[in-house]
Amino acid sequence: MIKEIREPLIFEISEAGKRAAELPALDVPAKKDLLAGVPLRGELEGFPEVSETEITRHFTRLSQKNYCVDMGIYPLGSCTMKYNPKINERLSAHPAFAGSHPLAADDLVQGNLEVLKKLEDCLCEIAGMDAFTLQPAAGAHGELTGMMLIRAALEARGNARKHVLIPDSAHGTNPSSAHICGYTVKEIKSNESGTIDLASLEAAMTDDVAALMVTNPNTLGVFESDICRIAEIVHAKGGLVYMDGANMNALTGIVRPGDMGVDVMHINLHKTFSTPHGGGGPGSGPVGVKKELVPFLPVPVIVEKGGRFALDFDRPGTIGRVRAYFGNFSVVIRALCYILTLGPKGVREIAEFAVLNANYIRKSLEGDYHLKYATASMHECVFSDKYQKEFGVTNLDIAKRLIDYGVHPPTMSFPLIVHGALMIEPTETESRRDIDHFIDAMKAIAKEARENPDILHAAPHITYVSRLDEVAAAKFPVLRWEKKA
Amino acid sequence: MSYLSLSDKDKTEMLARAGAGSVGDLFCCIPEAVRLKRPLDLPAAQSEIELIRTIDGIGRKNACLGHLSFLGGGAYEHFIPTVVDYLSSRGEFVSPYTPYQPEVSQGTLQIIFEYQTLVCQLTGLDIANASLYDGSTGAAEAVLMAQRVTNRNKVVVARSLHPQYRAVVRTYIKNLGIEAVEVGYGPDGRIDPGELGRVVDDRTAAVVCQSPNFFGVVEDLKAVSEAAHAIKALSVAVVAEALSLGLLEAPGKLGADIVTGEAQSLGLPLSFGGAYLGFMSCRKEFLRQLPGRIAGQTVDKDGRRGFVLTLSTREQHIRRERATSNICSNQALCALRATIFLETLGKQGLREMAWQNAQKAAYAADRLGTVPGVKRRFTGPVFNEFVIELPKPWAAVDAGLRAKGIIGGYGLGAEYPGIGEAALVCVTEMRTKDEIDRLARTLGEVLS
Repeated sequence: MIKEIREPLIFEISEAGKRAAELPALDVPAKKDLLAGVPLRGELEGFPEVSETEITRHFTRLSQKNYCVDMGIYPLGSCTMKYNPKINERLSAHPAFAGSHPLAADDLVQGNLEVLKKLEDCLCEIAGMDAFTLQPAAGAHGELTGMMLIRAALEARGNARKHVLIPDSAHGTNPSSAHICGYTVKEIKSNESGTIDLASLEAAMTDDVAALMVTNPNTLGVFESDICRIAEIVHAKGGLVYMDGANMNALTGIVRPGDMGVDVMHINLHKTFSTPHGGGGPGSGPVGVKKELVPFLPVPVIVEKGGRFALDFDRPGTIGRVRAYFGNFSVVIRALCYILTLGPKGVREIAEFAVLNANYIRKSLEGDYHLKYATASMHECVFSDKYQKEFGVTNLDIAKRLIDYGVHPPTMSFPLIVHGALMIEPTETESRRDIDHFIDAMKAIAKEARENPDILHAAPHITYVSRLDEVAAAKFPVLRWEKKA
Repeated sequence: MSYLSLSDKDKTEMLARAGAGSVGDLFCCIPEAVRLKRPLDLPAAQSEIELIRTIDGIGRKNACLGHLSFLGGGAYEHFIPTVVDYLSSRGEFVSPYTPYQPEVSQGTLQIIFEYQTLVCQLTGLDIANASLYDGSTGAAEAVLMAQRVTNRNKVVVARSLHPQYRAVVRTYIKNLGIEAVEVGYGPDGRIDPGELGRVVDDRTAAVVCQSPNFFGVVEDLKAVSEAAHAIKALSVAVVAEALSLGLLEAPGKLGADIVTGEAQSLGLPLSFGGAYLGFMSCRKEFLRQLPGRIAGQTVDKDGRRGFVLTLSTREQHIRRERATSNICSNQALCALRATIFLETLGKQGLREMAWQNAQKAAYAADRLGTVPGVKRRFTGPVFNEFVIELPKPWAAVDAGLRAKGIIGGYGLGAEYPGIGEAALVCVTEMRTKDEIDRLARTLGEVLS
């Protein structure tokens, strides 16, 4: 509709004396010596002054510069960008929940505690675990919590151990989370199928190893078919198995991590259970554990007695709190709504259709793009730019050109074991029409790479800004607006 | 109800293309032995009407709803202008991922840049990140950051820091060989300066001080910062009530090197403690140690201004175990709400709101002070909450107030055993004079 939107920073359109909000007049006697002796601030230098019209236009215009799931397919691998049901937004904003205070006594918030307990129960059933905590605020926070639980459990056995094994295909948060728990990271090489090499694992799995962190399906979208054997190897040496549940979307109702030897795991509610990503959060990273680790769960734990819910703080083995209050409660409500809407069959269909869509894309693009691993794909497939490199075209060029076709690019930054990766995860909610559009765009780009690579190097062509200078951004950081002198 | 978009025809054709005879074939890589051979034991699927009934029914069990509340303690009931809800509900903001592709994410990126600017302006420091999970994890991240900056392994934490924040800090540092030493408070409710002088030493990485603190008392940040700087430690200021920044001097101007805290007050509903918004700013020399995402300004090929996520070599997806933090997803949509809130309130509105909070709390403190037997627990200056001491057990007083539809405050006995029968009372701009008078009257009745 509009080809060009130039929207200044709010600070640049600010004019003294304008305002977009008013409060009623103070209805108590004003004290003159309020906060006597306390340093108060002068004018909020540079703070915006605009009208409500200007606020609305500012954010509406800015919104139109974003691509989003509501607009089209968003096949960002490992991010599970599925449709976010609208009713869940409405119900999470329900005044009964939105207006409730986290320090209110248990008996005043029975509804909230029921929401938390219900979701914990659903996640236990879906994941095959014995208990869940909903306190972690995101996936990485869940990893951190899970690794702390492992450390506590091993300490209780007498030795916290020193190392954590992580496959080279893992997401960067895994090593980072293990590190904050005081562990050193040892990398496990993938084999030619893109899965964990059992011989390498066996060699690395010593009495000093606390745990293996495994993502299953892994970041190649490949199921670790040896998972039971992997768990046996780790358990035999007294270690524990942590599963990064980022790719749980491939498994719901099909197989449960708890049934394949996993001791601790996290689930990303903002992936598998459709809560919106919000441009980078809020997420939620509930952690599930097997019985042995239950005593170490973060406090408080919600307990049910005779239909009443209470918070249990009296847990001597607990790792403590990992976050104030109860986690991202508004995200939890959305996930519960989603599960209640889908029911048992619907939850299974998540995995069925996510895997169908990914395999359909894989088969459709196999001739056009290089597939490093021939192993069967689950919910995502990872191509590379190997064929296009012959024409001087990289995965970045392909990604940017996809934007011109009205499609969000796939993930390119990992897995690190595939150079020039194009990691495609369509999710189950896409229509055939949108999936076909993506495939057609990818095919057209493969053709362009051969015939007219320059059009790819210069892409995107139709966005409000062209390729941005990220090197300059990092070299000469400008991280805030400042008033011109 | 399902959110699938394929017809039966699509499904058949797509299975054929995928080379699978049935959906089951797609899962052949999963060992038969571990596959789930029964339907999940979950509640039956619900239509939208049924779901609304279910959730509404659960919501009704929150008895807090009809009550007049004076709860604060890190979560505050403030006015949220309608434009905040309206604009932040747009699908273009709600449903994108982290802005990895800047050309199609300029909306989110420009908003993060504006947000970082607002945080810098409010806190009086040079640079800010794009958000952290909440105030408690912000405090923990600040401690880890101070340890990296100073290479020292001890932190001094005020006992008047939110008890749940202290608990999270303890959890985070436990496995990293960092020691936390608490410093107590004096009769004014502020950090005891004598004790502070005794506990800091040349191994101290930071002094962590919340202001206004958990008792609502405004700390002497300048003195605390000087005590930290005297031994070359960092001064970390935690702000759990971000609205106070509209009225009180910016912590960065009082010597704080890192300011972190909770910005729920700025446009986010109480929502039982989440999703909230952790913020963090610091002096620019610590840029490389700042955790979390950062947006920066740059230009495109044609010289037009644009914004990108930058300095990502600090982050886990590049640096893996050597990253400044493991944080990936943060609280972007909450930061968007805070940005709309702050820009709507604006220079005058934010100050006015903060001023009204302080005025109403002062009125309430005076008014409750007239109730026989009720005393102020601390003498220090307060922003919008204060501690009262009661002549009877708080549990009984609380029950008496609740019987009359009032949640009068938050009892401190469990978390501060030596404090006596004391409760934290919070008054924001949302409480009217009549409501404050009703609290005072009812408290008098309950105590008599």
